[in-house]
Amino acid sequence: MFQAQASRLTKESMGEVDIARNLKWRRMKNFMFSVVGLLTLLFAICTLLALFIDLALTGVPRISAEFFTSFPSRFPEKAGILSAWVGSLAVMVVTAFVAIPIGVAAGIYLEEYAPKNFFTKIIELNIINLAGVPSITFGLMALGLFVYKLKFGQSILTAGMTLGLLVLPIVIVTTREAIRTIPNSIREASYGLGASHWQTIQHHVLPYSSGGILTGVIISLSRAIGETAPLITIGALTFIAFLPTAPVSEVFPYVSFQWLSDAFTVMPIQMFNWVSRPQKEFHVNAAATGTVLLIMTLLMNGVAIFIRYRFRRRMKW
Amino acid sequence: MMLKLAALLVFAWMAPAFSQTVVVDGSSTVYPITEAVAEEFQKEFRGKYKVTVGTKGTGGGFKRFCRGETDVQNASRPILKVEIDACKKIDLKFIELPIAYDATVVVVNPKNDWLKDITVDELKKIWEPSAQGKVTKWNQVNPKWPDQAFKLFGAGSDSGTFDYFTEAIVGKAKASRGDYTASEDDNTLVQGVSQEKNAIGYLPMAYYLGNKDKLKAVGIIRNDKKGKALPSVLPSRETVENGTYAPLSRPIFIYVSQKSLSKPEVKEYTNYFLKTAPTLVPSVQYVPLPPKAYDLAKKNLDSGKLGTVFEGHSEVGLKIEDLLKKETKN
Repeated sequence: MFQAQASRLTKESMGEVDIARNLKWRRMKNFMFSVVGLLTLLFAICTLLALFIDLALTGVPRISAEFFTSFPSRFPEKAGILSAWVGSLAVMVVTAFVAIPIGVAAGIYLEEYAPKNFFTKIIELNIINLAGVPSITFGLMALGLFVYKLKFGQSILTAGMTLGLLVLPIVIVTTREAIRTIPNSIREASYGLGASHWQTIQHHVLPYSSGGILTGVIISLSRAIGETAPLITIGALTFIAFLPTAPVSEVFPYVSFQWLSDAFTVMPIQMFNWVSRPQKEFHVNAAATGTVLLIMTLLMNGVAIFIRYRFRRRMKW
Repeated sequence: MMLKLAALLVFAWMAPAFSQTVVVDGSSTVYPITEAVAEEFQKEFRGKYKVTVGTKGTGGGFKRFCRGETDVQNASRPILKVEIDACKKIDLKFIELPIAYDATVVVVNPKNDWLKDITVDELKKIWEPSAQGKVTKWNQVNPKWPDQAFKLFGAGSDSGTFDYFTEAIVGKAKASRGDYTASEDDNTLVQGVSQEKNAIGYLPMAYYLGNKDKLKAVGIIRNDKKGKALPSVLPSRETVENGTYAPLSRPIFIYVSQKSLSKPEVKEYTNYFLKTAPTLVPSVQYVPLPPKAYDLAKKNLDSGKLGTVFEGHSEVGLKIEDLLKKETKN
């Protein structure tokens, strides 16, 4: 009997030791995973930082006011990115005009109006698929449709529409996500006061979700500004030493849309051209362009984060 | 109100361009020269004429040229038979103007201390299609060379350099082994050869001149007509100009559409090109043609000499003056 008790005691204590050991092992695993996670993160950040620092060290000394106000030139030290950044800006304006209205409208429709049926599911699936289509495919589509079928030529209009279509899925998806964060009680309160569906969207859903939508729009534009492949496919040019036609003029009719059909170049293409030159001085110019492009992208993303933060603080349900 | 606004917008859209544009596309090898000419041309005719230059490559550029989309085509090799046929389809006639020389340089790693020059036959042994997978070691090409595997770097099949090198060395354009590191971006080739001790490759002269500290040029030995070996020749402005750096130097061209020549901006641009080439070509580290050749080219332009003197392929080892005087076909 004593023996049996003793053996039970040892068994119990054995169990305690087991649990303790087990717990220790689990904590250990927990810790190990967080270390692995941290290392992965650090690896990614370090790679990015190394690339950025390397680029900035080469490029920053080259950046000056003249770099932004001169046209490309055969003299690397005189060359600048005037036509490239103006081109990028003009293309972005068209991209925004294409992607924002269509994207936001599509997002609202899918989230607020679309019936939950097979057809809607197919559309949703297609949008997700479109977001993953390689950008060069959009370029080929644009070459066939915009350049040859619709005869828009290798113009700012073609480029802006191509990039607009490219980022459209991103705008749609982020719009939907922004709308989804609005509690249903808000909608119900609005209906309860007698507002129609559209009035509810116009006065409540859209204003409350505009922070999220804006964030999505800016992030999609910051993706579009760095795109090169689709623009090369539609035949964007490399050497442009003039600016698009000014959108306003002193003579009647004061506004001009001629710039839409002008030839253009953009910053990534200018950079690509300089990288592939034999002289090292041009490579420095490419690094400087890359630095400018990266800073612009970071700034745009920074603005997106800022907007999201402000809206989140203001909104209290 | 809305109607008025719409009418205004349409009117604004239709407003004519204030200056005329010369549309140029084609070879990236010719691009630095065109960039220099376009830069000066636009300074000279400020606000009156514009020039846009693309770099779709010689082949890609000819596709656009023969659809009538561009006024001037930059080409690092003569127009090919298929391209002539494509141009004929839309009844597009053109004038062929050689504007400079380009040389292809055979390069090795600077640490390679035993390869100073190479014969055309040895180059052929390395690069011909039948060498693929079989000729992989230096001593298979020449028993005096080490028993080590070499690593090959060369132009991608879309580049004019590839077309010319294969024509000059193997004897047939585009006939090349495929098991080598091919790139359209010559800086990739520079990187490759400079990092690999047993590397051998070929690239345009400008890339060799820009990276002399990373690459070593190999002298070329060719046979004269009787089959006797001539002395080894290294690439330089002099040897290219006097024709001794053969067979790896060649003229590069611009092709001007006859229809576009009736436009004043294209005519001015082409004239300006030939006028300024003797000074602008060397300023971007290319080898200019002899002055007489530019005069002959100008004469061809003024008299409207249409077509190409090449029968759809490159001529290896012809003097530039003879080329310009040759009867054109097509």
